[in-house]
Amino acid sequence: MSYSALSLLIHAFRGHRDWQPAWREPELKPAYDIVIIGGGGHGLATAFHLAQLGAGTIAVLEKGWLGGGNTGRNTAVIRANYLREESVRFHAHSMALWNELSSTLNFNVMFSPRGQIDLIRTWGKLRDLRRRAAIMERHGVEYDLISTRRIREMVPDLDLGTEGAIEPGFGGKRLPVLGGAWHPGAGIARHDAVAWGYARAADALGVDIIQNCEVTGFRRDGQRVTAIETTRGSVSTSKVGVAVAGHAGVVAELAGFRLPVDTWPLVAFVSEPLKPFLHTCINCPATQIYVNQSDKGELVIGGGPDRYRSHAQKGDWETVENVTRSLIDLFPRLGRVKLLRQWAGMIDVAYDTSPILSRSPLDNLYLSVGWGSGGFKAIPAGGEAFAKLIVTGMPDELIAPFGLDRFQRGRPLFETASASARG
Amino acid sequence: MSTLIPCPHCGDRPVQEFRYGSEAPARRPQTDSSIDPASLSSLLYDSENPKGLASEWWQHTAGCRLWFAIQRDTATDLIAEAPA
Repeated sequence: MSYSALSLLIHAFRGHRDWQPAWREPELKPAYDIVIIGGGGHGLATAFHLAQLGAGTIAVLEKGWLGGGNTGRNTAVIRANYLREESVRFHAHSMALWNELSSTLNFNVMFSPRGQIDLIRTWGKLRDLRRRAAIMERHGVEYDLISTRRIREMVPDLDLGTEGAIEPGFGGKRLPVLGGAWHPGAGIARHDAVAWGYARAADALGVDIIQNCEVTGFRRDGQRVTAIETTRGSVSTSKVGVAVAGHAGVVAELAGFRLPVDTWPLVAFVSEPLKPFLHTCINCPATQIYVNQSDKGELVIGGGPDRYRSHAQKGDWETVENVTRSLIDLFPRLGRVKLLRQWAGMIDVAYDTSPILSRSPLDNLYLSVGWGSGGFKAIPAGGEAFAKLIVTGMPDELIAPFGLDRFQRGRPLFETASASARG
Repeated sequence: MSTLIPCPHCGDRPVQEFRYGSEAPARRPQTDSSIDPASLSSLLYDSENPKGLASEWWQHTAGCRLWFAIQRDTATDLIAEAPA
């Protein structure tokens, strides 16, 4: 049934007693034309677009529950202010899809394009953002340098530090804010709703979504995968799409190859709910913090990855301390606010910090992995492009630079405009 | 993670004094000009990235600055084996 204001009204008069589940819980069939591994945003979006393309029978295998991995663990920021031309083009397209997503899926993903301010605290960062602004202008994404006066008008609670102050602790900061870059198209969305919206839309088109189904191995005939072994039995298939995060290396190992990917914990946390005071996303690369205020009033806070690789899904206390210190540096009045929850997502970061959206060493297995700290914002465009890649076997122009062969060809795509970029 | 890293020179020290370097596999082959591009690319870029026991290079950056290898379980963040 289609969701609308009218359906809500009808259900309200019936006392909300007969809402139906938004998707089925089917049993795993013995064979599918295409199997997608990973029931996060990317896997579900890919299945939705495959079904729209009429690509045959499709299953999505999820180890835990839908959106229980990084889709539900990120800080929900959507932006396109990247460094590389290829990344900007891809993310500009993704942002355009985000604007239409709620109506595409008939599910309110609560996309809120509230804009983002990048705070500039060093002259090097000023040069970097001027360069990025020029690249983004070529792709029609607005990104303007703004003064400290404008920042103060937009976010009065920010402590920008006194210009010319040298001594910290005497009304100044060691690195006072010099200016900012304003990215008006950026925003946030409700991450659970993105997974649920894609799941419901894919399910309505006949996709079988199988939860609590972990992949344990691949059966191969030469360079082709013929069947996938899972904790719910084996399933034969003619094409496989891998859309996992935090476990790309583990799945690649099962399939018999290695990836240029390492797994790092990325910590995030939320504060207790506060009255609305922060109407944009704030990002401060110099002190490694980004923060936005959710509709519930909680501050959603993130920083850089931990200092060492891990699969432990908990994150280091040191990062929490560093990020809270950065938060209070920017918002001194938050010093007595309590944190509610802290967690970590496991991010798969490729050697060059760009995603891998690609064919694999196996003939009929395709990869959408290595999204690092930027997977959430890429879900609409990533799912659309990955579905096309799986159907045609060839990457289109938008994603050709993200192929696995870029390393062998000596064309890595080093991306610094990402929380997971190393030093 | 256990917050202490066993430095062979300084003993157990807090993890904040250290820098994680990279994987430390004994995988560098005797290279010669006949190595094919795929193998070279794999050697340069690919990670084992195991969920479990990993061999890693660490440096005691805020101490003696020694580079050393440790065995660490990435699923639990526990040090499995002190350096030799």
